[in-house]
Amino acid sequence: MARRFWCRWCRARDRAGCDLIQPMWWLWFMSIGIWCAVTPWSSHSAESIPPIFSISPPASSTPLAPLGRSGITFASPDIRQLQADNFANPGMLWVTRGETIWRTPSGVKGQACASCHQDAQQSMQGVSARYPRLDTGRGTILNIEGQINRCRQEQQATTPWVYESADLLAMTAYLNYQSRGMPIAVTIDTDNRTQWERGKAIFHRRQGQMNLACVHCHEQLVGRKLLTDTLSEGHGNAYPIYRLEWQTVGSLQRRLRSCFNGVRAAIPDYGAEELLALELYLGWRSSGLTVEAPGVRR
Amino acid sequence: MLARIQVPSQARRGEVMTIRISIQHAMETGYRLDDFGRAYPKNVIHTLSCHYGGKEVFRAEMGSGIAANPYFEFYVLADQSGELRFEWQDDSGVGGAERATVQVVT
Repeated sequence: MARRFWCRWCRARDRAGCDLIQPMWWLWFMSIGIWCAVTPWSSHSAESIPPIFSISPPASSTPLAPLGRSGITFASPDIRQLQADNFANPGMLWVTRGETIWRTPSGVKGQACASCHQDAQQSMQGVSARYPRLDTGRGTILNIEGQINRCRQEQQATTPWVYESADLLAMTAYLNYQSRGMPIAVTIDTDNRTQWERGKAIFHRRQGQMNLACVHCHEQLVGRKLLTDTLSEGHGNAYPIYRLEWQTVGSLQRRLRSCFNGVRAAIPDYGAEELLALELYLGWRSSGLTVEAPGVRR
Repeated sequence: MLARIQVPSQARRGEVMTIRISIQHAMETGYRLDDFGRAYPKNVIHTLSCHYGGKEVFRAEMGSGIAANPYFEFYVLADQSGELRFEWQDDSGVGGAERATVQVVT
């Protein structure tokens, strides 16, 4: 039987009409083959996406160095000197003011803090080092600000002070100053363990547009730079602090709220349960560090 | 207006005393804007003076470049027992005064 086609694939009748042996076709096949061979498959896989964009929770918190360094050890020498100088430290103005408020009667009963507690230098020594604590009656966390306002409402029968008001800052500074040099002693037991776990979860939770958790900066990147500031371990042992950026004294919750703002997360209100739980966790975390109030920071 | 002063209670004649004063004041520069874009009016402590035995020994004139809660440290030669009187006033007309007595011994 005579062959009907010279090439059985392209059905050409003779050699000149066969497409497959044209050299241009072979050039195309070869170049596709080479491209597949040299292009690494890894460039197409998910592994090349930077880990910061992954939505998985952070790995177990492994600090670079053991925790236990107060924030002042990360500050520059001039700030350290300013905090150590009991006269030049601007926070001492608030302490002085708090001392006046301590002795001034307030409310319809005409009672001052000193009416019940007498001399703060003795009665208030080491008190604020144990805060925040659980209010066992109501099952909520009480920080030192909350305790001051509880006293004002129940004992003095007056209106509570709002957060960041000059009077509340002065009283907080005065009370925390009485515990200066004493170790923080926030204990976790079966009663407040739920709140502590909530605070711990917030500390390890990625949040905000930056998708960062507290643990990333304040445990894993301690000592590294964030813009011009050195990242500290995030202890609250010097609060309330005089912050040069604020040009005034501010509470721990003000600082926490500005961190929430820094990672572009929804900012909880002052006195929110979320912030209180976080304060409890931070207090437990800095147990053993000495109280430095009123501190000075940049 | 709250202030803290530090003056030695006793000094030897001819000794140089270190005087320190720290005043609680917001030192509003006048450049800060509120939520509606209106400037907070400038309010700084414009003058601080210190008199020793009736004679002015220190005077500072401040503007918007001084940070909040101004702190001063200066030196005075102890030549007589007497009173150090500090006076200051801000732009809103509010002022303050503090006094301390120095005992000069020979």
